[in-house]
This record gives sequence, C-alpha cells and structure tokens, in this order.
Amino acid sequence: MAPEAQTAIIRVRDISVQFGSTRVLDGLNLDVKRGEILGFVGPSGAGKSVLTRTIIGLVPKISGRIEVFGIDLDAASASERRGVERRWGILFQQGALFSSLTVRQNIQFPVREYLNVTQRLLDEITVAKLGMVGLRPEVADRFPSELSGGMIKRVALARALALDPELVFLDEPTSGLDPIGAGDFDELVRTLQRTLGLTVFMVTHDLDSLYTACDRIAVLGNGKIIAAGSMADMQASQHPWLRAYFHGKRARAVMG
Amino acid sequence: MNGDPTLERIARGNGLALCAAGTWTARFALELEQMVAEAEKLTGSRPNIFIDVSQVSKLDTFGAWLIERLRRSLTQGGIEAKIAGLSANYSSLVDEVRRVKAIPAANATTVTISGMLDQVGRSMVGIGGTIIGLIDMLGAVLAAAARVLIHPRSFRLTSTVHHLEQVCWRAVPIVVLITFLIGCIISQQGIFHFRKFGADIFVVDMLGVLVLREIGVLLVAIMVAGRSGSAYTAELGSMKMREEIDALRTMGFDPIEVLILPRMLALVIALPILAFLGAMAALYGGGLVAWLYGGVDPEAFLLRLRDAISIDHFTVGIIKAPVMAAVIGIVACVEGLAVQGSAESLGQHTTSSVVKGIFFVIVMDGVFAIFFASIGM
Repeated sequence: MAPEAQTAIIRVRDISVQFGSTRVLDGLNLDVKRGEILGFVGPSGAGKSVLTRTIIGLVPKISGRIEVFGIDLDAASASERRGVERRWGILFQQGALFSSLTVRQNIQFPVREYLNVTQRLLDEITVAKLGMVGLRPEVADRFPSELSGGMIKRVALARALALDPELVFLDEPTSGLDPIGAGDFDELVRTLQRTLGLTVFMVTHDLDSLYTACDRIAVLGNGKIIAAGSMADMQASQHPWLRAYFHGKRARAVMG
Repeated sequence: MNGDPTLERIARGNGLALCAAGTWTARFALELEQMVAEAEKLTGSRPNIFIDVSQVSKLDTFGAWLIERLRRSLTQGGIEAKIAGLSANYSSLVDEVRRVKAIPAANATTVTISGMLDQVGRSMVGIGGTIIGLIDMLGAVLAAAARVLIHPRSFRLTSTVHHLEQVCWRAVPIVVLITFLIGCIISQQGIFHFRKFGADIFVVDMLGVLVLREIGVLLVAIMVAGRSGSAYTAELGSMKMREEIDALRTMGFDPIEVLILPRMLALVIALPILAFLGAMAALYGGGLVAWLYGGVDPEAFLLRLRDAISIDHFTVGIIKAPVMAAVIGIVACVEGLAVQGSAESLGQHTTSSVVKGIFFVIVMDGVFAIFFASIGM
C-alpha cells in the first residue's frame, strides 16, 4: 500500500463551472490522496456542493479535467464510468433516499444492481450495514418518511457504503445530528476509513468533525482553493476568512 | 496478490485449520458464500477449528461477514471456532460485524380469503371516507369564503390572479383546439349519416344542442380535471411532503384560506369562461365542416342555428360549469392534502385526483340532466 498511499484518488485540474453569467468555480485545482479524510470548507454559497456535484458528474463544467481512480471521466467509456460509479458512494445533503422504498430496499438497491448476491446474504449485509451506522435492525422495514432527520443521514450513509466503496463523498454529514450523534458519526467515518481503507471527501461546517475526523482540510473561496493543509496549517494561516473561521468564538470553544 | 478467494482445509492435530486466502470482497460474494456453506458442513467432525485469515489480501464487509457467519454456525454446532491471524487493519472491521445481532426474518404476508374480504371491507369503508372527506372540504372552503367576505382584506387577490392565469389563460389554446376538432368531427359524422335520409341540415340542430348543452362543458371539465386538478394535487401534495403546509399553520395562517380558496375561486371563474370559448370553437369547427364538407353555407348554418337552439340550451350548459369546477377543485385539494411522505403516494393521489374528478363531473352531469328535464329546460 505504501506507494499507493501518496497517489491522488481524485485529481481535479483547472475546472471552471458557470451558471448563466456567474462563475462559481474558476480554474480550481484539487488533489485528494488515497486513504485520507479531506474536510472541505468554505463560506456558504462558495460552491462546495457545486464542486462535489461537478466531480460526480451532476453539474457540467465549462473547462478542466477530472480524474477519479486515475480515469479521466470525460474520456471514459460508459462501462468505465459505471466501474468508477460502482467504486464510489455518495451521501447527499438531504439523504436522497428513495421515498417509495423501505430502508432495507434502499440499502439493497445498489447491491442488487451491481452484484450477484443471494437474498440471504443481502439481508444479512443490510443488517450489518445498519449496525455499522448505529441503527437497529428493526428500522429496516420502515419508509424514509417515518425516520427522523438523523436516521435518514445514517441510512443514506449505509446506502452509500452498501457496495464497500473506496471513495465516499459526504455532503454535510453531521448537519442536523445531535452533538453526540455527530461525534459518533465522525468516529464511524474514522473507523470505516481505517477498516476499509476508505478515502473520504467531506463537505462540512462542523468544526468538531474537522478537528477529530479530518486528515487534511481544503478551503474554497472565490472559486478557487485558497488553502489546503493540516489543521495546524489552517490555524497558522493569515487569510482573513480562515482567521475568522478557525479563531472565532465557536472554534475556540471546540479547542477548549 | 489480488487472487481469487480460497478456503483450504488443513488438518492440525486433532483440530482443523480453515485457511482463507485471496480477495474476500463483494465481487466474489457468490463464490465465497458457496465456500462458506461447504465449510459449515464440517459441523461435528472436529472438536475445534481455526479460521486462519492471515493470507487474506483484501477484506470488505461482505467477506468479513461471511467469515463471521462461518464462525457462528460452527460455534452453534458445538465446535470451538476461533478466528486467527487477523491483521490489525481488518480487526476493527471483524469486530464491527461481530456486533451484528441475529437477523430478524422478514415477515412474509400470506394471501388468505379472510384477508381478501378484509381488503374489500376496508375499501368500502374507504369510499364512505372519501365522500365524507369531500363534504368536509366543501364545508371548510365555504367557511373560509365566509370569513373572507367578512374580512375582505384577507382575500388573496394576487394568488387568485396567478392561478387564474395558470388554469384559464394558459389553458385557452389547448381547450379551443380540442373543442374545435371535436366540433369538426361531430359535424362530419352527422352529415355523413344524416345524408342517407336527406336530412343534412339537421346536423346544425344536433351540433347546437350537443355542444351547448353537453359536450362543450363536459369536455372542457374533463380537460380541466386532467390539466389543473392534477396540478393542484401535485402542488399541494409536494407542499405537504416538505412540511410547508405545517409551516403555514404554525405561523397562524389557515392553509384553506391561503392555498385552497384562491385555487378554488380561480377554477370556478375559469371553467365557465373556458366552457364558453370551447362551445364557440366547437360551433365554429362544426360550421366550417358543414360548409366545406356538407355544402351548408355559413348564412344557412347561422339561420338554422338560430331556429334550432334557444338561450336555454346555452344557460343549461353554462350553469353547470362552476359547479363542475367546484367538484374538480375540491377533489384535487382533498387528494393533495392526503399525500403521505413518499413519491409513490404523490403519484397515486394525483392519479386518483384526476380519476375521481372526472367521475364526479360525469355524475354531476347526470344529476343536472335529470334536474333540467324535470323543470322543463
């Protein structure tokens, strides 16, 4: 694993995204290394979700190049793309669970599509995944509309992890969770990263997550990455937004 | 390193070692499951079994669970089963799946006669509930209308005008086009069949009575139920799903007054207008076909039309329109508010909004036919 550890799993080069006449991302470069947890922060409306959605291919870019697992997504054939999609998992901000399927069916859906697995194993894995995200097996037969906000997040994570992906995108995973739940969630992401060798791309505003879960932090501003590095680098930075963010009242409270 | 997974048996003293090797991942789930099922049959053959996983190059949740499944079933068979050689990387994953409790069996539903009768009974009660729901909504809308009459400032003019644009103005082209075509078809068919009796000119009587009394308003009402009734249900339903209606209520607004009254009013105003335009378009289309296909020139057509129909025919048609609009609106709003949390539920209620709307429109038309016949109109 040693040589792989330093290779970039996501390589974003010079991408620009424009909505109408507003340029949201402007020549942005970013590398995410294999096995790391990258925390991605920035002011609201700076385009964090846009970047995530551009990488996964939901938002068209006007220029630039995106490589995931060393595959250029623009040049990839349909089957290559499917291969890439099978290797990543995505947790959407609102969960995006299929509302007409039960929790069990939601988690089994990607597995059923991509793998040839017996129903028995499928059911067992579903319970295992639910257990991993801290939910009881009884939840399996409920519909998304019968779940609380925190449970929806957890089920959505279980679905994102259903295929044991190598890379997961988490869009504000801890928003809407109670602090203890959020702490568990960070712990869970850490555990999964250790056990499954997962790479995590996490858009977050939760300073606790940044401190406890993330290996590296990237900051988005003016359509570019204005800083990337460890927590210590962030705290040492003189950039006004970073100073306000990492030395504000809330940040001091987290640091104790 | 990334070889196919294997599970070898190696005798070790009076015990047995099961050596797992290769990639134990989801990709090989089917092979892995077969191997594990094979190994489970060893139950009772040896007093203790080691499951040696030191040669496993890659492990994910699927592989870890299958190893855990093997360990459990061996232990259940009275064998002392141990997992050995677990690398530090994977130990927390195996610990994680070890915490998984026994799997609750999915409860299967069986079809029985009493169950089917139960279903029938429930749907009958459901029909009663539907009618009560409609009457309830009618009452609530009338009460809201009364409140607005007492406090005219709480009337939502902007919203009403907006909905009027949606259901009336934007519906004009399609309504006019369809009724025009229907008028053409009625006229053509009439001429074609009446010609056998040399009674071509009576097509004007038929067209006038049919269009003004029945087809004009009925057809337009059905189109409006399909076009605007469904839109109302979908709008209100998705607002219900996103808790927007609850939000309105907590701010002290009455959803009936804010959302439903303007929609109902817009529909009640729109349908007579559309029915009138539709009737005119149908007469125009019928007249055009009578002239081009039947040789009845426009002057003769108009003269005949004036003799054949009285203002009563027109009144009968137009009186029905607002009532039908109210029925469509109430059905659509009741269905919209009945939407539950899922996308499927939204689809079901939108469908039943249109189906029930059209059904009640036709029932109302029958009731009106009896009524007007008995008062001699």
